[in-house]
Amino acid sequence: MNKEKEPLFSKKNRALLTDPLDDDNPITVQVLGICSALAITVKLEPAVVMTLSVIFVMASSNVIVSILRNIIPTRIRIIVQLVVVASLVALVDQFLKAYAYDVSKQLAIFIGLIITNCIVMGRLEAFALGNGVWKSFLDGVGNAAGYGWILIIVAFIRELFGSGELWGIPVIPQFIYDLGYTDNGLMLLSPMALIIVGVYIWIQRYYNRKLIEKD
Amino acid sequence: MNRDSNRHTYIFAALMVISVAFVLSFTSESLKELQNANVKKEKMQNILSTVGINVSRDESESLYKDYISEELSLKSDGTIDNVINAFNINLALEVKKDSDIQRYPLYIANVKNEKFYVIPLRGAGLWAEIWGYIALRDDINTIKGVSFDHKSETAGLGAEITEDWFINSFNDEKIKDIQGEFVGIYVSKSNNDPDNNDKMDNEIDAISGATITGDGVSDMIKERIQNYLPYFNKISNE
Repeated sequence: MNKEKEPLFSKKNRALLTDPLDDDNPITVQVLGICSALAITVKLEPAVVMTLSVIFVMASSNVIVSILRNIIPTRIRIIVQLVVVASLVALVDQFLKAYAYDVSKQLAIFIGLIITNCIVMGRLEAFALGNGVWKSFLDGVGNAAGYGWILIIVAFIRELFGSGELWGIPVIPQFIYDLGYTDNGLMLLSPMALIIVGVYIWIQRYYNRKLIEKD
Repeated sequence: MNRDSNRHTYIFAALMVISVAFVLSFTSESLKELQNANVKKEKMQNILSTVGINVSRDESESLYKDYISEELSLKSDGTIDNVINAFNINLALEVKKDSDIQRYPLYIANVKNEKFYVIPLRGAGLWAEIWGYIALRDDINTIKGVSFDHKSETAGLGAEITEDWFINSFNDEKIKDIQGEFVGIYVSKSNNDPDNNDKMDNEIDAISGATITGDGVSDMIKERIQNYLPYFNKISNE
C-alpha cells in the first residue's frame, strides 16, 4: 500500500460530507434547489422520501461522472450529465414501482423533479468532473444530505402548523382546537416555504458569522 | 486520445445512448410483471374499499373473487357486451372515445347479502387526471362509498381527495334529488351543511384551496354515472 495515500476519511474528505450541512449548504448558502424545496415540503413524508432518492441519485451520478471524467467530450458534457441523471432517476422510478409501490405513488411527480434539481447538475459540473471517485461520492452524499436537512426542517414546520400533523398523524391535541386554535392554511402554500427558508438563513447567519458578506 | 475530436464525441454519444437504452429497457421489461401485478391488486383494493371492505393490497386478489360477483361491460344503450372483459377496460383510453362507442365497466358486489354497484370514475383535476370508484346501494341512489386517486394534485390541497375525511363525507349521500332526477354529487364551497348531516342535499363540503380539483370530482361523478342510467333504468323496470 502506498503510505502517502490519503485515508478514506481524512479531514478534507470529512469536510466534503459536513460542509454542505452548514457552511456550504446548497439551499441556504448556495441558493440551489430552491424550486423543489418549495414544492415538496408541505408534508414530512414526501420530503424524507425525496431526500433519500436525491442522496441515491446524487451519489451515483457523481460517481459515474467522476469515473468517466477523463473521456467525456467537453462539448457535450452537460448532455452527458443530464443523460446520467435522467437514467438514474428512471431506474429509481422503475424499482420503486415494482418493489415499493406505495412509496412510488408518494413520489409520483417528485421523482421527475430530481432531474431538474439544480444541485445535482451543479455538483456534477463543479465537482465530479474534476475530482476522484471517492471524493465525488462523499461530495454527492454531503450535498444531498445538506439539501434534505433543510427540506425536512421546512416540511416539519409546515406540516405541524399547516395541517396539525406530523408524518400524517395528528399531533395537536383536540383541546387546543377547542380553545380556538386553527391550522394555518398559509403554511400549505409555497410562499411560506420561502419565508421559512429565509428565517432559517437568518438564524444560521446569526450563529455562523463567517457566512455574512462584508460590504 | 483527443477527447474533443468530432470522432470521439460521436462515438462517445452513440455508445452512451445505446448502453443507457439497453439498461433502461432491460430493467423496464424485467420489472413489468411485478409492476402490473401491483397496479391490478391496487385496482381490486380500491374497488373493495368502496363497498366497505378495507384490505391490504396483497390480500385484495383473493377477497376480490369472494365479493365481486359480476363484471359487466355495458354499451351506451344499457345492453351488455359479452365479448369485452370489464376488468381489463382501460378507462384512460375509453373516456377519450365518443360516448356512444365507449364500453362502461360495472362491478357488482355482494357483501353480506347486500348488492352494490361499483362504477369506475375518471376525470380531470387541476394538474392532471383524477380517478376513482363509486359504489351505489341497491336503490341506485344512495352512495355506499367512494375512493379517489390522482396523478399530481397539490399535496395538502387537491391531493386531500384521497383522504378518509373527504371520502367518508360521500357516504350515504344521494345522487338523485328529491324528485328522483339524477343530479350527481356537488362538491360545494357554499355548503350550509359543513358537518354533512343533511344526506339529501346532493352536496358535500369542498376543500379550501382545491376548487378546481373539487369541481373535477363533481364533474367526473356526474359525467360517468349518467352513462350507466340506461342500464339502471332497464334493470329497475324488469
